[in-house]
Amino acid sequence: MRSDKNTSAPLGLKIAAGLGLAFLHLPILLIFLYAFTTEEKSYQFPPPGYTFKWFAAAWNRPDVWEAMGLSVRVASISTVVALVLGTLCAAAVSRTKFFGREAVSLLVILPIALPGIITGIALRSAFSFAEIPFSFWTIVLGHATFCVVVVYNNAVARFRRISGSLVEASADLGADSFQTFRYIILPNIGTALLAGGMLAFALSFDEVIVSTFTAGQQSTLPIWMLEELIRPRQRPVTNVVAMIVVLVTFLPILGAYYLTRDGDQVAGGGK
Amino acid sequence: MSTVSGTSILTGRQGLSGRLSDFFWRNPKILLLLMLTPPLLWLGVIYLGALFALLLQSFFSIDDFSGLINYEFTFATYKQLLIPSNFDIILRTVLMAVLVTLASAIIAFPIAYYAARYARGKWKVIFYLGVMLPLWSSYLVKIYAWKLILAKEGILTWFLAKLNLLWLLDAWLALPVVGGTSLSISYTGTFIVFIYVWMPFMILPIQASLERVQGNLIEASADLGGKPSQTFRYVLFPLALPGIIAGSIFTFSLTLGDYIIPQIIGSSRLFIGQAVYAQQGTAGNIPLAAAFSIVPIVIMGLYLWMAKRQGAFDAL
Repeated sequence: MRSDKNTSAPLGLKIAAGLGLAFLHLPILLIFLYAFTTEEKSYQFPPPGYTFKWFAAAWNRPDVWEAMGLSVRVASISTVVALVLGTLCAAAVSRTKFFGREAVSLLVILPIALPGIITGIALRSAFSFAEIPFSFWTIVLGHATFCVVVVYNNAVARFRRISGSLVEASADLGADSFQTFRYIILPNIGTALLAGGMLAFALSFDEVIVSTFTAGQQSTLPIWMLEELIRPRQRPVTNVVAMIVVLVTFLPILGAYYLTRDGDQVAGGGK
Repeated sequence: MSTVSGTSILTGRQGLSGRLSDFFWRNPKILLLLMLTPPLLWLGVIYLGALFALLLQSFFSIDDFSGLINYEFTFATYKQLLIPSNFDIILRTVLMAVLVTLASAIIAFPIAYYAARYARGKWKVIFYLGVMLPLWSSYLVKIYAWKLILAKEGILTWFLAKLNLLWLLDAWLALPVVGGTSLSISYTGTFIVFIYVWMPFMILPIQASLERVQGNLIEASADLGGKPSQTFRYVLFPLALPGIIAGSIFTFSLTLGDYIIPQIIGSSRLFIGQAVYAQQGTAGNIPLAAAFSIVPIVIMGLYLWMAKRQGAFDAL
């Protein structure tokens, strides 16, 4: 129990915390502002004028649509693969103790703990070693590898909260293990899986470092954006796309937060 | 679940799924094996296999005349890392990672402390989302935002001009090493963007470790005559240290391996990530690229080992 519920923070702390949060958020808002500027050659501030024409320009750029389509397809398939592998791994790790359990969790976390460039170059040299040509599937292979950990983390946390007695009760009442899975476990872990899947989608949709190594000639949306950053054509169009990317990734994160927020209220969770 | 013995009290189930279910109940090890095989095959074969192949390549060398890879075991490629121009890259990257980690901890601490100790109800949610949204929002968009801010004609120059502080910016840019013609092509710019992009990863572990600090410990320190600075130094900081170390694993590792931030915002001098990228791409020297990428793995291995000794993993 805390004894200080009503004390308020010292002013200096409030200012430091507020400034810190502002530091985290203001730059992103600036991206939105520049999507409406009439100046396309430089980053002049304040913008000389405001216009909506870049939204139409972005809409009419086939390369934007192509990149976005590829990113959505890659993220969807990687998410499905990560959901299957992450859930299996989480179920195995949380319901039994076995030799090498720690090693399995380390293995799942490794792709995200090591810098992305190492995952990228390792996969690339393995592909060239095995003479696998770069394709849609090589991108998916890389993305699914580091998306597993997100699903795994969410699922493991939820599996720990499901009471073993619920599963036993189901068995006592005559359900076989498939029925127990279908009617007891799945409804309980459902929201955690959905949240993990959303985060995996956001992670894959935004990933650039590993993708530059595994994509060959194709451009996912982040690769397209990286090229625009290095060799800009219509700068405000990049801003429009950046704005869309920010909004697209915010939705799954907010969704995942609201889905796992009430995680403590899972049936039998108090045991 | 494990208490049921193999002797059947009931008759076995009928049907394929029923019999399969009974089989798994009696042989939980086989079920476990079936569950673990797909993820372990994927991660073990694809990921570890790729890492191992990378490690192997670093022991090959490249023939200086033909440019072909010489498949003989040698330490020659590792020796190349010690050439001054290559060793500078490693030193520069490690120094940057250390500075970024320290600065991130300083900026993150007040946010984490406020969120852990003072934020309640609605504000708790605002702080949580306020950290999670920037942490998860697009990496490239964040870098792009700073290109807009730091550009010569950008918002920072405009803002300082309004405050009549342009001389301060010019004085800073005139400094050796950290300066340059513009912030967006200087080490200072790289440093700021690294902090911005990786700092959110520092907040959550510190917050987690501070949540466990009881409020009455701080009051006790004050009651015993400790000044706020002493309370911080002798009570709060030691208790938050595992969280800071846990957060520093992320900021340190991510800075070590990044190659896009210094490429877009920075001077033309290379970091490890850029060296790896350039060696495997344009230079076609895969062994040297592999040797370069072993450096962060070794540094992170040592770092994780020290962090584990400090109990940082309990704070994750």
